[in-house]
Amino acid sequence: MLKVENLRLGFTAGKKTLAAVDGISFSIEKGETFALLGESGCGKSATAQGIMRLLPAAGRILEGRVSLEGEPLLSLSEADMRAYRGGRMAMIFQEPATSLNPVLTVGRQIGEVLERHLDLRGAAATERMVDLLRQVGIADPERRLTEYPFQLSGGMKQRVMIAIALAGEPELLIADEPTTALDVTVQAQILDLLAKIQVDRGMGMLLITHDLGVVARMAHRIGVMYAGELVEVASREEFFTQPRHPYTQALFEALPEISRRGLKLTTIPGQVPSLAAMPAGCRFADRCSHVMPVCREVSPPWREVANGHTVRCHWQGEAAEESATRHAVTELDIDPGKSFLQVADLKVHFPIRKGFLQRTVGHVRAVDGVSLAISAGRTLALVGESGCGKTTVGKALLQLIKPTAGSVKLGGSELVGLKGRRLRDARRHMQMIFQDPFASLNPRLRVGEIIAEGMGALGVETDSAARAAAVAALLQQVGLASEAIDRYPHEFSGGQRQRIAIARALAVQPELLICDEPTSALDVSVQAQILNLLKKLQAELGVAYLFITHNFAVVEYLAHDVAVMYLGRIVEQGRAEEVLRSPRHPYTQALLSAVPAPHLDSHTELIRLPGETPSPAKPPSGCHFHPRCPQAMDVCRLNYPAVTGVSATHTVNCHLVG
Amino acid sequence: MMGFQVVVLWSDILIWLLVAAGVGVGVLIAKTPPLLAAWRRVGANRVGMASATVLLAFILIGLLDSLHYRAQLESKPGQKAVYAIEVLSVLDALAAPLRSRNEKTYSAPFATRLYAKETIDLPGQGTVRDYPRLKHGGKHLGEREDEVAEDAAFTAFKAGVLAFIGWLGVFAAVATVNRKKSPKLKLREAAFAWDAVLLTLLLILVFAVPLFWLSGYYHVFGTDKVGQDVLYQILKSVRTGLIIGLVTTLVMLPMAVLLGIVAGYFRGWVDDLIQYIYTVLNSIPGVLLIAAAVLMMQVVIDTNPQWFSTAAERADLRLLALCFILGITSWTGLCRLLRGETLKLRELEYIQAAQAFGVSSWRIIVRHILPNLMHIVIIALVMDFSGLVLAEAVLSYVGIGVDPTMTSFGTMINNARMELGREPVVWWSLVAAFSAMFILVLAANLFADAVRDAFDPRAVA
Repeated sequence: MLKVENLRLGFTAGKKTLAAVDGISFSIEKGETFALLGESGCGKSATAQGIMRLLPAAGRILEGRVSLEGEPLLSLSEADMRAYRGGRMAMIFQEPATSLNPVLTVGRQIGEVLERHLDLRGAAATERMVDLLRQVGIADPERRLTEYPFQLSGGMKQRVMIAIALAGEPELLIADEPTTALDVTVQAQILDLLAKIQVDRGMGMLLITHDLGVVARMAHRIGVMYAGELVEVASREEFFTQPRHPYTQALFEALPEISRRGLKLTTIPGQVPSLAAMPAGCRFADRCSHVMPVCREVSPPWREVANGHTVRCHWQGEAAEESATRHAVTELDIDPGKSFLQVADLKVHFPIRKGFLQRTVGHVRAVDGVSLAISAGRTLALVGESGCGKTTVGKALLQLIKPTAGSVKLGGSELVGLKGRRLRDARRHMQMIFQDPFASLNPRLRVGEIIAEGMGALGVETDSAARAAAVAALLQQVGLASEAIDRYPHEFSGGQRQRIAIARALAVQPELLICDEPTSALDVSVQAQILNLLKKLQAELGVAYLFITHNFAVVEYLAHDVAVMYLGRIVEQGRAEEVLRSPRHPYTQALLSAVPAPHLDSHTELIRLPGETPSPAKPPSGCHFHPRCPQAMDVCRLNYPAVTGVSATHTVNCHLVG
Repeated sequence: MMGFQVVVLWSDILIWLLVAAGVGVGVLIAKTPPLLAAWRRVGANRVGMASATVLLAFILIGLLDSLHYRAQLESKPGQKAVYAIEVLSVLDALAAPLRSRNEKTYSAPFATRLYAKETIDLPGQGTVRDYPRLKHGGKHLGEREDEVAEDAAFTAFKAGVLAFIGWLGVFAAVATVNRKKSPKLKLREAAFAWDAVLLTLLLILVFAVPLFWLSGYYHVFGTDKVGQDVLYQILKSVRTGLIIGLVTTLVMLPMAVLLGIVAGYFRGWVDDLIQYIYTVLNSIPGVLLIAAAVLMMQVVIDTNPQWFSTAAERADLRLLALCFILGITSWTGLCRLLRGETLKLRELEYIQAAQAFGVSSWRIIVRHILPNLMHIVIIALVMDFSGLVLAEAVLSYVGIGVDPTMTSFGTMINNARMELGREPVVWWSLVAAFSAMFILVLAANLFADAVRDAFDPRAVA
C-alpha cells in the first residue's frame, strides 16, 4: 500500500545539506504493522515526517519516491497534500501533552478533522465524535468532548490523539513513539488499543520506536535503521530468532535482563558517526565486532538471507554465540543486615494554597509514610510509575526537599532537621545522579570545574593541585579521557555527560548514590555502558545505590532489593528475586506483566489495569490501589492494609496476603 | 602661551573611572585563559570587530570631550590670573573653527547663503529682499558661488586620497607586525579579524577626513536655528549619549540583576516584596515620576547657585541626576525578565546537584545562575542603551531632559522636529542626528551580538 523507494532526506546547515536519511526503501501492506527501530538520531522520525511531507523548515527531500496506493505523494501540490494528511494517512506523536492545543476543547480538535476530510458538521459530527471516543476507550465521551486537554490525564490525551488520527478514516497510521512518554500500565492499554483498531480497520501502520519490547508486541515486520540507512528488514519471527546484522545483534545483547545478572552487558563501542562525516563504506564498520577490510571501502548491498529477511552486511556469519568477551563482574555479597541508611515513616506533603491570603486548603501527599533501609554496597531499586513520589523520596533523603515528618538516619545520626554545617557534613555521604544528563550539567562551566564543585563546597580537597589530580583520577575511573577537564558539557554525548555527572557525584566519596532514572534518557547501547560502569564502581568502591526507576529490565539486572511504590507509599518490598519472581501485591503483578518484553513468546498472562494513577492530593480511601485492583474486596475500600511479612525480607501491604 | 585651569566635572570622573575599570577588566581577562579565549573569539568575529572599530571612534570622541579646562583670559602682568567663564573640552579646542564660525540662522549643507530671505541694505541700490551671503560657509569662493559642487568634490577627492595614503601606512604597519609574528600567515587567516578592522578604518577615514577637511570651508551638515554648525553639535552629542547610555545602565544593572535573581531564587516573602516594589514603581507613569524628580532636582540646583562655579558644572549635575532617575525607573523590565528566567533555572538539575553538595546560595547564584542569564542581560543592555538615548529625547521635549545649554541627540532631534512643519523644510539637523544615532546604536547592537555569541559555549562548535 505505502511504498517508499530510495528516499533521501537532508537538513540544510549553512550552505551544506546533510543527509539525515540516506536512501531507504520499504513498503507497508494493508493491515500490516511495519516497525522502524533505531536509536536516537538515526533518522526514523525524519522518515515519518518526510512521508507526511511535514519536515521542519531546514528539511529537504533530496530524492526518492513515496507512493500511497500507487499515487506518488512527493509530486503533489501542497493543497492536494492536505487531503492526504489526516485523511488518507494520519500521525500520532510522542508527547500527548504538547500535541493537543491547550485552548481548544477535545470536540473542536476532533471536529476540525471531520469537517476538513469528511465534511461533517453539527449533530452528525458530534455523533461521530462520541463514536470515535468510545472506540478509543474513553468513558463518558459526551462530557469529554466539551473538556480541555488539561482536564485529561496523559493516557487519555493519547487516546484523544488517536481518536483525532482515526477521525479522517486513514488507510495508514504513522505512530511516532506513541507510548514513550507513558507509564507501563498505560502503555499496555494504548498498545492494545492500537493493535485492536488496526485489526478492526485493516489499516497499515508505521510504528516508530526504539523499544524492542514494543516491537515484539506490535510489529509484523521490522526495519532496523542505523545512521540514516536501513540495515536489516525482517519479519517479526525472523527478527527475534535470527537477527543477522551485527548492529541488531548488539542491540539485543545490550539489553539488561535477569539472565545477565552478574555479567557485564555487551556494549557497542564508539558513537554513531556524525552526519557531516559519514564513512564511505558500511556506516557501522567502526563499531562492528565483525569488521572486515571490505566494510570500510564498499557500502554493503542488500542480501536476502531468508524469505523476506534482507540485510545490508558483508559479514555472512551466524548470530554470535554468547560471546566470551562478556565476563562476570565480581559482586560484593554484603550481608544485608547492617543497613547504614534507615528511613522511617518519611512524609513529604506539599500544601495546596488558594485564595488571596494563600490559605492552605489541602495537601498533595507526594510521599506518605515511606520506610526503607539500604545496606552498604547494595542496590535498592525504588520502582513505580510517574507521579508515585519516587523522585521526591530521593530528594527528601538528601534533604533537598524538607520532609514533613519521619526520620532519615544515616549511620545512626538523624538528618531531618539538620542545618548549616552539620547538614553539609552529612551530605558528603550521599549524592545524587539525575535523569537528564543535558539538564544536570551547567553549560557554562567546564567539566573540571563541574566535578571539582562538590569538593570545594564540602571541603574535601583544599589544595588546588591535589584537587586537579583527583578530578583527573575520577575522569579515568568513569572512563573519560583527561582532556575532558577543559571542555564544556555540550561537547559530549548523552552517555558521556552521564559519566561526568557520575564523576561529579563520586568526587566527594559518598557511600550512597541516589540514581534518579539515570539511563531513561539514553539509548539502549549507551544505557548498557552506564549500567556496566555503575556495577564496576559498586564493586570497586562499595557504594550503595538507591536506584529510582520505572524500567523493570534495569531493576532485574542491577538490583539486590526492590521496593515498589504506589501513590506515595511502598506497597511491596523485598529481595529482588522474591519481588520479581513471586510478586504478591496485585499492583506489582500487573506492573510486571505490563512490561513489554523483547521476546517472541512473552505473552504469558497479561493483567490489564483499568484507569490511571489517581491524584496524590485526593488519594482513594482504604487501600490506594483498590479502584484499579482486579481483586479488590470490601475491606480494601475501608482500611489501608498493614505491612504483612511474606518472608524475613519480603513484605507486602495487601489484604489478600496473610 | 595661554594658561589654563583644569576643570573636572563629575561625569568626567565617572567616564574616566569606567575607562580605568575597562582597562582593569582587560588585565584580569588577559590573566584568565578561558576568558581570554572567549574574547579571542570576539576578536575573530568580523562583524564584531568592525562594529568595535566604529564604537571606538565614538568613544574616542566622547573621551576627548571629557577633558575639560578653562582658558586664561588676557590680563595685565602681576594681576591674579582670571579664567574664562566658559568651560571647554579638548574636543572644543580641536574643533575650534567649527565651534566659533557661527552663522545667523539656518543654512543648508554646503550652502553659501542663508536659508531665509532677509532685507539687505545695499549701498546705492536701496534695500532688497534676498538670501544673504553666509559669513563663513564657502567664503573662500568669493564671487564664484556656483562652483560649490566642483570645489567640494575636488577638495573631498584630495582629502580622500590623503586618507587612503594614511590608511595604507596603517595597513603596512599592521601587516609587518603580523608578518613578524607568524611569517606564513596571511592577513585574512589571522586569528584577529584584522581585515574587518582595516576595512572599517578605511571607510571611516575615507568618510571622515574629507568631511572634516570640507568642514573648514563649508557647513557640511548645515547650521541650526542660531547658526551653530550641526557637525559640531553631533560631536558634542556623542558624549551626552554615551553618558546617558552607560551611567544609567550602571545605575540600573546591579539593581535589576540582584533583585531579579534574588526574587526568582529565594521565592517566598523576598519574591513578594520585590514584586510589590516593581509593580508599584511600574504603575506610576514613568514620565511623571521622572518629571517630579527632575523638577525637584532643578529646585535644589537653583536654590544653591553657590555650589557651581560655572554653568557647565550645573548642566553636568543635572545630566547625572537625569541618569540616576532614569536608572531607578527603568530597572523593572529587566528585573521581571530575570526573575522569570531564574524561576526556570532554579528547577534545573544542575542547580539541585549544587544544592546537594551544600554549595551556598550566593555561590550558586554567582556560579550557576548569573552566567546562564548573561545573554539576557547583554541583549537587554543594548536595547536599553538605544531606548535610553531616545528617552532622553522625549524628556527634553517635555522640558525635563538635559540642561538647555547642553547638546544632545535628544535636544537636536527635538529642535529639528519643530522645523519639520515649515516650508521649505529644514531636514538636515534631523537627518544628521538620526544618522549619527543610528550608526552608534547599530554598532553597539552588532558588537553585543558578537560578545554574546562568543560567550555562549554551546554556540562554539
